[in-house]
Amino acid sequence: MTEPVLSIRNLTVDIPTRRGLFKPVENVSYDIRPGEIRGVVGESGAGKSMTGNAVIGLLDPPARIAEGEIWLNGRRIDQLDAEEKRKIRGKEIAMIFQDPLTSLNPLFTVGAQLVETIQLHLGLNQADAKKRAIDLLDRVRIPNPEERFDQYPHQFSGGMRQRVVIALALCSEPSVIVADEPTTALDVSVQAQVLDLIKELARERQVGVILVTHDMGVIADTTDQVTVMYSGRVVEQGATAQILGAPQHEYTKSLIAAVPRPQVKLHRFPQVSYGGRETTFKIEDLARNWDRSTTSQSGTLLQVEGLTKRFLSKGALLPSRREYFTAVDNVSFDIKDGEVFGLVGESGSGKSTVARMIATLYPVDGGKITFDGEEMTAMDKEGIARYRRQIQMIFQDPYSSLNPRMSVGDIVAEPLIHHKILPRAEVGARVRELLDRVGLASDAHRKYPHEFSGGQRQRISIARALATQPRFLICDEPTSALDVSIQAQILNILKDLQEYLGLTMLFISHDLPVVRQMCDRVGVMRQGKLVEVQETGALFENPQSDYTRELLDLMPRLEQLSEEEFAGLREQG
Amino acid sequence: MLSFILKRVGQSILVLLITGLVAFSMFTFVGDPIDNMLGQERTMEDVERLREQLGLDQPFVVQYYRFLEQAVQGNFGVSYRQGRPVAEILLERAPATLELAAVSGVLAIAFGIALGVFTAIRRNGIAANVIMSASLIGVSLPTFLIGILLIYLFSVELGWLPSFGRGETVDLGGWTTGFLTVSGLKALILPSITLGLYQMTLIMRLVRSEMLEVLRQDYVRFAKARGLSDRVINFRHALKNTMVPVITVIGLQLGSIIAFAIITETVFQWPGVGLLFINAIQFVDIPVMAAYLMLISVMFVGINLLVDILYAFIDPRLRVAA
Repeated sequence: MTEPVLSIRNLTVDIPTRRGLFKPVENVSYDIRPGEIRGVVGESGAGKSMTGNAVIGLLDPPARIAEGEIWLNGRRIDQLDAEEKRKIRGKEIAMIFQDPLTSLNPLFTVGAQLVETIQLHLGLNQADAKKRAIDLLDRVRIPNPEERFDQYPHQFSGGMRQRVVIALALCSEPSVIVADEPTTALDVSVQAQVLDLIKELARERQVGVILVTHDMGVIADTTDQVTVMYSGRVVEQGATAQILGAPQHEYTKSLIAAVPRPQVKLHRFPQVSYGGRETTFKIEDLARNWDRSTTSQSGTLLQVEGLTKRFLSKGALLPSRREYFTAVDNVSFDIKDGEVFGLVGESGSGKSTVARMIATLYPVDGGKITFDGEEMTAMDKEGIARYRRQIQMIFQDPYSSLNPRMSVGDIVAEPLIHHKILPRAEVGARVRELLDRVGLASDAHRKYPHEFSGGQRQRISIARALATQPRFLICDEPTSALDVSIQAQILNILKDLQEYLGLTMLFISHDLPVVRQMCDRVGVMRQGKLVEVQETGALFENPQSDYTRELLDLMPRLEQLSEEEFAGLREQG
Repeated sequence: MLSFILKRVGQSILVLLITGLVAFSMFTFVGDPIDNMLGQERTMEDVERLREQLGLDQPFVVQYYRFLEQAVQGNFGVSYRQGRPVAEILLERAPATLELAAVSGVLAIAFGIALGVFTAIRRNGIAANVIMSASLIGVSLPTFLIGILLIYLFSVELGWLPSFGRGETVDLGGWTTGFLTVSGLKALILPSITLGLYQMTLIMRLVRSEMLEVLRQDYVRFAKARGLSDRVINFRHALKNTMVPVITVIGLQLGSIIAFAIITETVFQWPGVGLLFINAIQFVDIPVMAAYLMLISVMFVGINLLVDILYAFIDPRLRVAA
């Protein structure tokens, strides 16, 4: 067996706080061999990124390495001073971050950023550095590298930017790459391409890769070795096939069980039961007070016909010279009363734009939307106000969809006050009731959004959406910013809402297994057009369009697990 | 890009037309120019004749048009008080103000940005904290008080620098400059510090907060992960990203340095347009006031037009969007 390029021995990171030492990473050890990809998996806060940061020497003070050793190519690097650590960074250990949209400086060309890094590490002259930069862009398979060299980051798509980031990481042939959730922000199809690229680099250039992720599918698909972390500690590690096929630790078992499957539809999402942090959602209480007097006559709640949206892409003084980008092109579908309708597609396919037009956040450029037999696109101001009350939306990012300067109580009260649903005096009681029912503590209304975790914030969003007792809920990627374990909780809440309250839902996601579990029917969008609408089961088993088939093929799968093993796990979980 | 600039130029012209209207209406509404021009001894015929001669019997719109026509050609009429063409007086005074504004603008920008970056990088250092506290004084003390304090300290007590005037000047074909003589340069020091101090502290505090924001961004973290040195990260990557909001404020502040040089010029008896304006107000010398108003608005509008174009230079994203 070859010598490891990177070796972490009993690493402990601590952060002094007012309440004593907090240890986000405790006694972690693992090795990376050349050409090996090691997955590090666990929920957020498990210490997986912190370990990567410690390796590359980018711990944010006051966090510091308290104990343990880090060896790189036979040299101990954890005790080096700041300047020597800086010299290793980018040269021997490189890093890839989660969000390619923010990891490049927007004001410099891609070429300038590459040349700068190459010159720093290799000391080449301008012309040679440029040659190498174009070579690198070519190697990460960016088309027309000469032309792309002089472009700015905003001229690249998300997947292309992540390739640029990888090219930057490769500038001086590092022996280890720390990839921190490199594909979490990307679409399924782009994710597959980026992961292939990483696999190829590991194989051909013998780079050791630490792949930090919370996605079990990515782990199964890409890694050779896996380390499972829970609250700062390694609970289990070993060969990927072995860990996923026969997990020993309870946490690993429940983590694997919680991954949504595309193959079968289950009644509920299995939750990560380890740690006993499941919070209750009191759906029965909520259902008792729910005003369900209104059901639509025809059985169809929302009808969308020929919906079109164009955005100005090139402005000009003369209207005839303006250019438009058609984001949504003649889309038609209808959603039955009490149904969960899914919309899937890559980013930029127009699925969120459709949702925003239905929610009246964007004006409609063409076509019509009919809600419960009434044409929304022809409503007057009062009609729209009534319509808005019946439609509520849950957004993707629970961090930016709640006003940080408002208390949670005020956030949930706002729709009640705006739509004049309750007299002022009764609003406070209703807000507390709503928060209690989505499983938040009794003093939650006095706190501010930053005091809550991602999953709790998404519960606040749900409470806010439920305040007006809507009939139609639009969920725009409600869980893509959340961990598997929290995702399961939130999705179960949404399932309950649909089941007990008869809510109709438009569910937007790029995560196909989640769509399989959530939706009754699914529409597939591509480049603004709806290419296919089918019952969920039929779509997954017998896709009609080539594009849907392509999407399904790109899904990372937990192939190591057979259905029987999975069923067994579910029973234990 | 061209349509963007054309749009901005169009807006600038509209702004100038409106300030022109305000300047012009001073003639009509602040006293009667005929009263000002003819003394106590006058006949009704004299009044009528002069009114006709000056075109004051014409409708308002026609008069406004004529005013604009003349103003564009640099003709603002004759000063009531000095009896000389206003344009001539302004040209004579402008170099003093422009030189003062240029020196204090450069001081404010150079020190403001440098100190802003310094206090952002050494956020918790003692020096940075001292500078931040001291900057509060710069923001909160009124200009005239700073001027008087400086005069007291450096002119009265220490006797190092002159307390008033421009010192000796050199005439370069109609432009009198104080840059070429020792006494001229010495005379510039105190007024330009007085004038620029407020702008400097403002720029500094803005650069600092923008810089702190930028240093938290992912691309700065990624730049660190690439092994770039702190110097490159701070001055190349971070500083450029702070520039868009900073330039906006600098644009507005440069305009106000010129416009509000009045107070500094009064304190230091600086023979610039500000002092001219103050004297004009005292004597209700309306042609001078109107011309001054127009001059300032042209400068404001011009600087801000320049700032808008600079944005596109700094941020490539605006180039494509526009």
